[in-house]
Amino acid sequence: MDPVVLARIQFAANITFHILFPAISIALAWVLLFFKWQGNRTGNQAWRDAYQFWVKVFALTFALGVVTGITMSFQFGTNWPGFMQTVGNIAGPLLAAEVLTAFFMEATFLGIMLFGAKRVSNNMHTLATALVAIGTTVSAFWILILNSWMQTPVGFEMINGQAHATDWGAILTNPSFPYRFVHMLLASGLTVAFLLAGLSSFRYLRGDRSAGLMAALRTGIVMGAMLIPLQIVVGDLHGLNTLKHQPAKLAAMEGIWQTSKGVDAVLFGIPDSEAKTNHYEIAIPKLASFYLTHDWQGEIKGLDAFEGKHPPVGPVFWAFRIMVGVGLLMLAVSWAALWYWRQQKGLPTWLAHTFVAMTFAGWVGLIAGWYVTEVGRQPWLVYGVLTTAEAASAVPPAHIGLSLAMYLSLYLCLGFAYVRVLFYLAGKAGKAAIETPPVLQPAMQ
Amino acid sequence: MLNLNEFLPLLFLGLMGLSMLIYVVLDGYDLGVGVLMHWATPEEKDRMISAIGPFWDANETWLVLGVGILLVAFPMAQGMVLTALYLPVSVMLAGLILRGVAFDFRAKAHADHKRLWDRLFSLGSLVASLAQGFMLGMYVTGLVYTKQAVAFSAVVAVCLVAGYSLLGACWLVLKTEGELQRKAILWAKRCLKWAGLGVALISVATPLASQRVADRWFTMPEFFLMLPIPLITAVLFIATYQLLKKLPRVNDRWSWVPFISVVGIFVLAFHGLAYSMFPYLVVDKMTAWQGAASLESLKILAVGTLIVLPAILCYTAYSYYVFRGKARDLVY
Repeated sequence: MDPVVLARIQFAANITFHILFPAISIALAWVLLFFKWQGNRTGNQAWRDAYQFWVKVFALTFALGVVTGITMSFQFGTNWPGFMQTVGNIAGPLLAAEVLTAFFMEATFLGIMLFGAKRVSNNMHTLATALVAIGTTVSAFWILILNSWMQTPVGFEMINGQAHATDWGAILTNPSFPYRFVHMLLASGLTVAFLLAGLSSFRYLRGDRSAGLMAALRTGIVMGAMLIPLQIVVGDLHGLNTLKHQPAKLAAMEGIWQTSKGVDAVLFGIPDSEAKTNHYEIAIPKLASFYLTHDWQGEIKGLDAFEGKHPPVGPVFWAFRIMVGVGLLMLAVSWAALWYWRQQKGLPTWLAHTFVAMTFAGWVGLIAGWYVTEVGRQPWLVYGVLTTAEAASAVPPAHIGLSLAMYLSLYLCLGFAYVRVLFYLAGKAGKAAIETPPVLQPAMQ
Repeated sequence: MLNLNEFLPLLFLGLMGLSMLIYVVLDGYDLGVGVLMHWATPEEKDRMISAIGPFWDANETWLVLGVGILLVAFPMAQGMVLTALYLPVSVMLAGLILRGVAFDFRAKAHADHKRLWDRLFSLGSLVASLAQGFMLGMYVTGLVYTKQAVAFSAVVAVCLVAGYSLLGACWLVLKTEGELQRKAILWAKRCLKWAGLGVALISVATPLASQRVADRWFTMPEFFLMLPIPLITAVLFIATYQLLKKLPRVNDRWSWVPFISVVGIFVLAFHGLAYSMFPYLVVDKMTAWQGAASLESLKILAVGTLIVLPAILCYTAYSYYVFRGKARDLVY
């Protein structure tokens, strides 16, 4: 097999597995800070119980994020040496900034946050929780600057085949960064909202009505219901930004083959790269032109304008629809839950089951969105500067095959174990809550 | 006086070396504890885990920093080093993933599964240490897969496991008490011999593998200037062994000394190695200057690093201060 294809599969597998965990830890860290702050402020045991349970989930998630993140940092060198050789002068300082300003801080204060409650003052423990939350977000900030720069590179000049920074201000505020960063933070928030609601519903269905559980469940529902409309607006703005800077990606997302005016919005279809058309297309006339150009007759560039330089249409087209579909489902479910909660201070059984089924819905939307953005950049690694094939290493395909098999089997086992242990923890906590009578415990043990 | 073009690659060579050294010492002891866990009872395992629990995550970050500096400051060398070490790097990562995850899963998973996660934790620690030792062996022999180089690297791999276990055992002597501490003293004595062999082997092999290294060590007056490194190392080995024979003492006196003196051995061995390699990133093939990134990027990096590094060292020290004293049960 082609080593570039193998290296791409391996990196895709790695990044897919890795992103699952930061996507949770970024927002969950803030949720923990919220629980901690509420506990401090009200002295209510419910918030402390919620913290006690979710900090375990956080620790598990964080550990998986760290170890898979280390793997990624090595793979830059092992699989894509051309990346650092070509754009290292720009990518390097951004990656270094992440390690120096975020990584150490998170890792060090996580130790105090997890194990230090009895060794430091309550304020120091709250501060440690806050620093971990800030660290996760700062981490995302730097990584997304780099990722956005790879999509919309600015502020550099090429000298002897190497990118040299000419304007760091422009690099740090590259055109797609603000949209991408907010879109990612909201995605993390939604992932955590549904994780909170899902695992809590799992306990709820088993009869647990403890105050801590209800606090976490309500937090999840309110978070989901609040964030999803924001995400829809930001996603739309992000799409317009993509139209401006990466029209080939947008054409693939929308399944537009020919440049024309008054373009239809394709709801469903099966893109065919050979025939350059969509089969079984269901479309709404002129709608795409309207929401992309705010003019029913606006012109949109089709894939024909980027012959040989556009991404594979099928994966981008489908991933985009999955992402939007998950988003709409989240909207319906979280608003329904909010409505029921205000009516009867609880959830109907069918809705609780829906939440359990959607515990990892955030992951589905997130990965789909990630594929839209990353596959959509192909054949470029850095848009218009460096192709993926140019960055690949000369490692023998057999070696990549070997490591790929190893990573895949490891990831499958660990992914399975992670989900299982989460539900096991929820089951155990639920059982303990049902067995102990609902009296207020005097203090944190 | 060096100009910036000459100085900055040296600065980053130094910073990379420093973070690798800190990594080897810090993650070295927790990897070592992981390997030694294989010989402990279930109660002892819990205590051993609590001796490294608050630290391992931050310890591992030094590896990310070290590799980060390689990627960032020496983009021309990283491809050569990391692609040559492709397989051992992959194996090491699998080991690190396994142990990092097992560490957290063991306490949360179903009680019946705890033993399985404990085994995976030990196995992951062993695999990661072996892979790192193998990489060290390949690196000092010039990253070429000859039969001799692979055989030599395999021996170094075993010796590095002994070295990490030695650090781990001494860390346990410092952080535990009672029966487990006595056990750790026994482990430390055994590992000391193998670690000594490893240091001796690398010291002999590097000058044999490279004429340049041989010239550097065996010319006058450098020979006499560098002689203290092997001599002090030898003295530390013997002194540590003698001290371990007399531990534990009443009121736990001296229990911190073996760890400090083994750290001393690692620091000296590292200096010897650095002296042999300098200023090469890849033995006899690429110097720090040839592999370095552009001046403007190095400048930004240098300013950033020199501002942030002291802060990192401060809160690392704070964390060790918070968790000072004997290891207690970890509950959260």
